[in-house]
Amino acid sequence: MNRIIVTLNNSTGLHARPATLVVKEASKFKSKITIKKGEKSSDSKRIMEVLALDAQKGDTLEIIADGPDETEALKALKELIENNFNE
Amino acid sequence: MKLLKGIGVSPGIAVGRIFILEQSTETEKRNIQSCEMEIARLNDALQESASELEKLYEETRKKIGDKEAAIFEAQLFMLQDQEFIERIKSEIETEKINAEWAVENVTRYYASLFLNMENEYMRERAQDIKDIGNRIKNSLKGLSKNPSDKNAMEGIIAAKEITPSYMAQLNTEKITGVLTETGGKTSHAAIISRALGIPAVTGIQALLEEVQNGDYIVFDGESGNVYINPSDEILRDYKEKLKDLISIKNKLNSLKGTKSITSDGRQIKVFSNISSDKDIKIVLENDAEGIGLFRTEFLLMGRNNIPSCEEQFEVYKKVASLMQGNTVIIRTFDIGGDKPLDYIGLAPEDNPFLGYRGIRISLDRKNLFKEQLKAILKASAFGNIKIMFPMISTIGELIQAKEILFEAKEDLRKQEIPFNEEIQAGIMIETPAAAIMSDLLSKEADFFSIGTNDLIQYTMAADRLNSKVSYLYNFYQPAVLRLIKHVIDSGHREGIEVGMCGEAAGETGLIPVWLGMGIDELSVNPNSILATRNIVQNLNFHEAKAMTDNLLNLSSDEDVKLCLEEFSQSCSCL
Repeated sequence: MNRIIVTLNNSTGLHARPATLVVKEASKFKSKITIKKGEKSSDSKRIMEVLALDAQKGDTLEIIADGPDETEALKALKELIENNFNE
Repeated sequence: MKLLKGIGVSPGIAVGRIFILEQSTETEKRNIQSCEMEIARLNDALQESASELEKLYEETRKKIGDKEAAIFEAQLFMLQDQEFIERIKSEIETEKINAEWAVENVTRYYASLFLNMENEYMRERAQDIKDIGNRIKNSLKGLSKNPSDKNAMEGIIAAKEITPSYMAQLNTEKITGVLTETGGKTSHAAIISRALGIPAVTGIQALLEEVQNGDYIVFDGESGNVYINPSDEILRDYKEKLKDLISIKNKLNSLKGTKSITSDGRQIKVFSNISSDKDIKIVLENDAEGIGLFRTEFLLMGRNNIPSCEEQFEVYKKVASLMQGNTVIIRTFDIGGDKPLDYIGLAPEDNPFLGYRGIRISLDRKNLFKEQLKAILKASAFGNIKIMFPMISTIGELIQAKEILFEAKEDLRKQEIPFNEEIQAGIMIETPAAAIMSDLLSKEADFFSIGTNDLIQYTMAADRLNSKVSYLYNFYQPAVLRLIKHVIDSGHREGIEVGMCGEAAGETGLIPVWLGMGIDELSVNPNSILATRNIVQNLNFHEAKAMTDNLLNLSSDEDVKLCLEEFSQSCSCL
């Protein structure tokens, strides 16, 4: 198991389009990937759960991956978020 | 006449009759015998809805754009979310109710979840979930095909709310405006209406109680003012405005593909400023002849590390290739204490505009600078790129910057990476020091671009954001105009081109002055490109020059404005 902490910097937070991109990216990996915002936790492969985090600009997220490709998965998600979802 | 106020979400003026969109969202509740049969019905409806959304995604992508199409991709993901589907199924099984009612309950649950969120963007997602719910319910009821009445609709639509998918399918030839009770600026429906160019006002309280089918309406999609059965006077005003808007738009559109040339044959270049590679689409739509200022700072924002040479290269290359051989002037990082960047080690300063910024940082942080120069050089193999240094105050700074550029070229040669050996390196003229020394700077620089925003601020010693000194900060100050004239003359004496990329470049009233002074290139915001070209085409260079020679002897900004007003009246075309 591996984890990273990232900060959301895109203007709109994890709303529809960014959330779609997270789900798409996460679904490429076998590992179980959980995104946490404070107490709230979500399965990164399920859009409703990701949306339900209500994550906005400036929020800090913890991403936990567990599985055979956990390192690659975290790297990919980190890149996506740090590039502000190519907004 | 009655005036309603809402939120203007898509600019433009609409005049026409109201068409009230009947939204019978009544869902019937039935008890069922066989859960299996009901779930089979649900599965069919989900499948049908998914293929409809896929189709809508493709159509929107072709008709409107990628960004708008992404809305329906997100909806598709939501529709296919396992948790969402499981909730509907378990509702059917435990309550022994029909699929329609289960969908209604579950979408209502999610909608309220979203509506209670803190983030405004998330609250708007309630609209998307309702949109999905309606789609599934329509499919269950066998109503899935696009309602044929949509083609019969004409005029201005009034509705409680309009879903994004409904908006994307409107017939833009017949629908002239959209009014809704709910929704805000960030709603997906608002985004689509802007992309389609349909004026829209949302958030109008009790709209459906106030209007009736056939009411005559005028509204302004900018101010959010909606007049029901307007007085003749209001109607005349707005019709006039609308006519002007349309004729200006048509006139400007007709200028696409033409040259920016005066009536007596003096041609200049009308370029565009961009702040990101994302701006290229609108730049191309507005027929820019090149990029006069590519601000690269966006590459540093919203992240925790310096972008690699490779990452920067991809962005510069993309812009250069999309501009297809037209000039792209890339300005090296212009950062400073007004936007502190922790990872570069920029701390807030008491006086950031007179502090550590622009080329001063680049010369101090040589690695950061050299990596950027290498990325630009590499990209120069893929288009017509020029390099521009910001905030130059002395000739020594320019020489140092050119030395580092020389080293960057050496590095690439050693690695046998191709780049344009003839690449031009120019400077921004934005400090009074550079403007005064421009006669000597022109021997070292390959071109000048006058950055008017900073040049005015530094010349007048007036902060542009401080309203108490705003009388000093304006484009019409003779001191600033004289400096600009000196810069243009200095550049021309050495045979280099002089452009302008600040806000003043697109200031309608001053374009004759820039022309008259002999400017070679004006770089403006994308939506001002055609308007700028229009003015250039309507000018006579010799008249503008004579006017400008006279103007440079005036003693105050008021006199300058008066002189320009007289000039524009004498040329009926302006």
